[in-house]
Amino acid sequence: MATTAMIALLCACILLGYKIIKGVPPQLHTPLMSGMNALSGITVLAALAVMEVNGASAFLGWMAIFLAAVNVTGGFWVTERMLGMFKKDKGRRNVNECK
Amino acid sequence: MQIVADVWVPLILVLGFLFGLRLLQSPSTAILGNRIGACCMLVAIVFACLRYGIHKNPPAIGILLVGGGAGIALAQKVKTIQMPQLVALLNGCGGAASALVVAALANVFSAETGRFVWLVSALALGIGALTFSGSLVAMLKLQGQLPSKPMFLSTQKTMMLLLLVVQGILIVLCPLVQHVALLYILVGTALVFGSLMAVRVGGADMPVIISFLNSLSGVAAAVSGMALDNALAVGVGAIVGVAGMILTQLMCRSMNRSLAAVLSGFHVYECSTEVPAELTSSDTIPKEKPEKLFNRDSIPQLLQQAQKVIIVPGYGMALAQAQQAVKDLMDELEKRGKEVKVAVHPVAGRMPGHMHVLLAEVGVDYDKLFDMAKINHEFEGTDVVIVVGACDVMNPAATTAEGTPIYGMPILNVAQAKAVIVCNYDEKPGYSGVPNSLYGRPHVITIWGDAAETIPSITRALTDVS
Repeated sequence: MATTAMIALLCACILLGYKIIKGVPPQLHTPLMSGMNALSGITVLAALAVMEVNGASAFLGWMAIFLAAVNVTGGFWVTERMLGMFKKDKGRRNVNECK
Repeated sequence: MQIVADVWVPLILVLGFLFGLRLLQSPSTAILGNRIGACCMLVAIVFACLRYGIHKNPPAIGILLVGGGAGIALAQKVKTIQMPQLVALLNGCGGAASALVVAALANVFSAETGRFVWLVSALALGIGALTFSGSLVAMLKLQGQLPSKPMFLSTQKTMMLLLLVVQGILIVLCPLVQHVALLYILVGTALVFGSLMAVRVGGADMPVIISFLNSLSGVAAAVSGMALDNALAVGVGAIVGVAGMILTQLMCRSMNRSLAAVLSGFHVYECSTEVPAELTSSDTIPKEKPEKLFNRDSIPQLLQQAQKVIIVPGYGMALAQAQQAVKDLMDELEKRGKEVKVAVHPVAGRMPGHMHVLLAEVGVDYDKLFDMAKINHEFEGTDVVIVVGACDVMNPAATTAEGTPIYGMPILNVAQAKAVIVCNYDEKPGYSGVPNSLYGRPHVITIWGDAAETIPSITRALTDVS
């Protein structure tokens, strides 16, 4: 992608991201952070791309893939676990309402 | 085909991630949002594997799977109390991964490599390395393997400033001189800078540094994406960077300190040794304690008669693992028809939202948890406030004692309630080092000790009567 297009995408993501993330309530800030951990694992794409570059250090690339993969699954998994705790409460309240 | 791969796929996936984040605005849709994010990530990775021919590269696939498995194992094992450490660790992993990508790429840098690539590579290496070392130190501090109090070296301020300047110069020089050795020096200085930065942050400032490193890990991903011309990494990295920055800003505002003041070492400890004269002389802490309106024996009666009770948790609750005890107390109070709410200060705990997760784990309904801004006006009409392991976030000195480190910090107006029961470990000041003038007030009952024991004693006081 052309550098200018890349910078345009960067700016668009910053603006949209700001608008959306501003609206996340404080009670979800910890899941937000762990979710962001997962998203920062997006670097795995760059790591996979580097494997294709001829002559690039494969060992360093592997380490990058490993760490980024830990981020992706670790981040999403722990966010899921945490949000599950929030969901559990909701379910219980609904039960009470039914009574 | 090229334009589809380069433009449309990243664009659609970025929108997918943003949509997932949008769902994170409400607890009821958040779980779906997280799953949408995970699906987008899976698609992105599979797509990248096909595109870069990774499916013909078994070792890379194997490492990808092993890393994924390790992440799941880690996330499954971690306890909610360790959440800040986990986030710190993952911040570090993200930073390191971004730096490693560029390091792997630097192997093939040649005379034809453009200036832009050199610049973004230098940035990715610097930011990635700094994030890695900073996060590692922060994690060790949270784990207790390093002392959690800020550590000062006498020349620290000068050293950090010097390192910052050196890094700046190196980043400018890299695209101009185009020598790989410069990148190595940059990594070295960034690693030292990151550890120095994190080592002097401690205790209640942890939410700030964790959010900040969270942001940096995203920035590093975005810049390394630029070096490899990967649009999706750029976009998503930017989103992470923004999210971290929003939280950092919020945390700083809630502590009434600037980011620079937190990172460069602030004056809390310098001030704390000598309490400002006005605080000791004025009536906030009188020499002769005023007669208490209530004592521990009045607790059963107070709770019996109370209509509205607010609970204020702090990091002490997490340390004592008293969440379940707090939940039990809330249940008992509610059984007796009392209105119970929980007031959470933004910087309570060691990371943003820490209290909410701890209480959610034991089953406290999330709509009973209120943010400071929403509940602060309610303290006035509250009969009993129960404080569990919180100090600075409700210290009236923040509004009255000019010159103290916490002056100007927004606090929970606990003092306005008719009666306050403080269940803290001891009388010692909180992280800021400012004595809490609340403890001496007539309508405040203090119970020192482990909250995991003192809170059940309150619950028993309530149940034994009825």
